[in-house]
Amino acid sequence: MNADYRFSHKHILGLADLSAADIAFILRTADSFKEISQRNIKKVPTLRGRTVINLFFEPSTRTRLSFEVAAKRMSADTFNIGNSGSSTVKGETMVDTARNLAAMNPDCIIIRHARSGSARLLAEHIPASVINAGDGTHEHPSQGLLDLLTVQENKGRIEGLRVAIIGDISHSRVAHSNIIGFSKMGAEVRVSGPATLIPPGIEQLGATVCPTVREAVADADVVMALRIQHERQQDPLLPSLREYATFFGITPAVMAGAKADAIIMHPGPINRGVELDPALADGPRSVILDQVTNGVAVRMALLYLIMGGE
Amino acid sequence: MEARCLINGRLIDPRRGLDGLGGVWLEEGRIKAVFAGPAPAAIPAGVPRIDLGGRWLVPGLIDIHVHLREPGDEHKETIASGALAAAAGGFTAVACMPNTRPVNDCEAVTALIMARAQGAATRIYPVGAISRGSDGESLAPFGEMRRGGAVAVSDDGRPVGNSQLMRRALEYAGNHDLLVISHPEESSLSHHGAMNEGALATRLGLRGIPRVAEEIMVYRDLALAEYTGRPIHIAHVSTREAVDLIRRAKARGGRVTAETAPHYFTLTEEAVGDYDTRAKMNPPLRTADDLAAIRQGLADGTLDAIATDHAPHSALEKEVEFDLAANGIIGLETSVPLTLALVREGVISPARMIELLAANPARILGVSGGTLQEEAPADLTVIDPELSFTYQAETVVSKSRNSPFLGWDLQGRAVLTILAGRATFEAPGQTLWR
Ligand SMILES: [Zn+2]
Repeated sequence: MNADYRFSHKHILGLADLSAADIAFILRTADSFKEISQRNIKKVPTLRGRTVINLFFEPSTRTRLSFEVAAKRMSADTFNIGNSGSSTVKGETMVDTARNLAAMNPDCIIIRHARSGSARLLAEHIPASVINAGDGTHEHPSQGLLDLLTVQENKGRIEGLRVAIIGDISHSRVAHSNIIGFSKMGAEVRVSGPATLIPPGIEQLGATVCPTVREAVADADVVMALRIQHERQQDPLLPSLREYATFFGITPAVMAGAKADAIIMHPGPINRGVELDPALADGPRSVILDQVTNGVAVRMALLYLIMGGE
Repeated sequence: MEARCLINGRLIDPRRGLDGLGGVWLEEGRIKAVFAGPAPAAIPAGVPRIDLGGRWLVPGLIDIHVHLREPGDEHKETIASGALAAAAGGFTAVACMPNTRPVNDCEAVTALIMARAQGAATRIYPVGAISRGSDGESLAPFGEMRRGGAVAVSDDGRPVGNSQLMRRALEYAGNHDLLVISHPEESSLSHHGAMNEGALATRLGLRGIPRVAEEIMVYRDLALAEYTGRPIHIAHVSTREAVDLIRRAKARGGRVTAETAPHYFTLTEEAVGDYDTRAKMNPPLRTADDLAAIRQGLADGTLDAIATDHAPHSALEKEVEFDLAANGIIGLETSVPLTLALVREGVISPARMIELLAANPARILGVSGGTLQEEAPADLTVIDPELSFTYQAETVVSKSRNSPFLGWDLQGRAVLTILAGRATFEAPGQTLWR
């Protein structure tokens, strides 16, 4: 890496905004923070006195908890504002919310919202740093980064790998961030799934579309299954979950076409037996629990980098 | 009322075949004489001369597709404020779409609009709804709305989803000499869409509106018009295939007219950038290929008119997440400069521009104007094609500011607008009207 590289982002809104050098730097920083989580006292004073607000408009135990743990391990003060049980955000526009939060003078807002672009809208109206914890079907950058970190740890590299992402690409912000992230880092990304769930122009994000799951998975180093939502049957995008499982589910037979040492990933929560065979999800090739562990490290790195350590 | 004589203008009136030095003598709010070359000696010396110094002198411009928001959303625009914005853009007449609150679907609402239009800075031609409440279910009373002052019918803002209802509307409009205006959108394809479908929408995670949503409905409505033998007008054409469908229908002798808006020949979907809600409208901004086809359609006569689809919205509707933001942009004050850019680029001639902005709009709606006719009301526009200005929020005349062109350096504008012999607008810094 260039010796005079400096990380200069105030917000983390999407991997589309980050360069390959930025991503590599975040991954290295995250790697250095992993050690903290292994200590007996899992806490460093780095962000003491900083205020982090978790602003979650969509329910998400996993991501919210991961950010909260990350912030607490860095000694930041954290506050949770959620959809239910909170008087905030009721009938308030995002811009109103931003102005109200700004009055509390936070250093960082972590936002999860059902609308694409909401994190950017918040960032435009508040002096604090903003981390996008998932906005609609746009991006989920911290998930993309933790997936990159997980692959790098397991494979020793990202460049030159073949990554297959299978499932509902249209509605998956995780898929979008991963396609952008893996292709930026030099991996070859193939996607497959029901054609109704492959969005137009996904190639321009860096993916090759394969007509069958087997083609996408052929010789893959990494196979990622995406969560399929039950609602997709009504849209109508899917005939049934049974048909999905039969033709697009990741099974041992499908994995036979991947490299012998291919790893299996899933952003969770898993519909076992639908998009991923339970034996694979809990089997030796699964790195799904590594993803969870790395989530905390990556989020610690992001909080550290955008709020400055000093 | 006093008389005036506009001299030394570039007189452009395509319907009369005029494009050259000349002027107009106004008296009692009417056109007394139109002359080529210098003012005739017959004009008394006492009539004040206004030397246009070569600026364009054209029939008052007519915008056949605007949303004035009154009644119901007067915080966005009123008939009075919208007419002032129109005058500032060089227009002397506008046709206002019926999607007000309540919808203009009966004579009472049409009459209310006509009453509020008294004394407005432009003529106001109401467009009545095709269906009651524009709900697409049953026909609105065309005859009564016509009696109240409506010149056309449309459910604009929404498509008429039911093909049988559209067919009946075309048939029944014939009894009342009303034009049917189609808002072409197959909503089962466009539903929940926020921008043009494609790679950019995918990158932004926004639900797309595919081009076929427009093209299928353009085809259906052309087919219904041909089948019923009735004329139809296609609103806000935005795709290449829609232009081609209209071109083919015209070649077969179909009684079809069509309009596009300045944003469709000026901007592409790239203007959405990072969720800029000022670039959100319906139909959405499309691609460079569509833009080229729209320009071609304007040049070759496939598209008959430029209409702004002026759609005022307050910050409340626009300072929100992109897919929650209201559709539409204001356009009355930028139509002339954006169209002049096409003239400068050699896409259309000055005469064609006036056809698109005055002569054809009058012909499509079947209203007076669009040409300089002796004894007709003196509705005139003076355009300075060179005058440069920056389009700024502080100087916008409309009540709303939702324009993607704010901050643009524009060249050319209407500098003087005359309605029935009275100046309704003179651009800042101009001193022509004395
Ligand atoms: Zn419309």
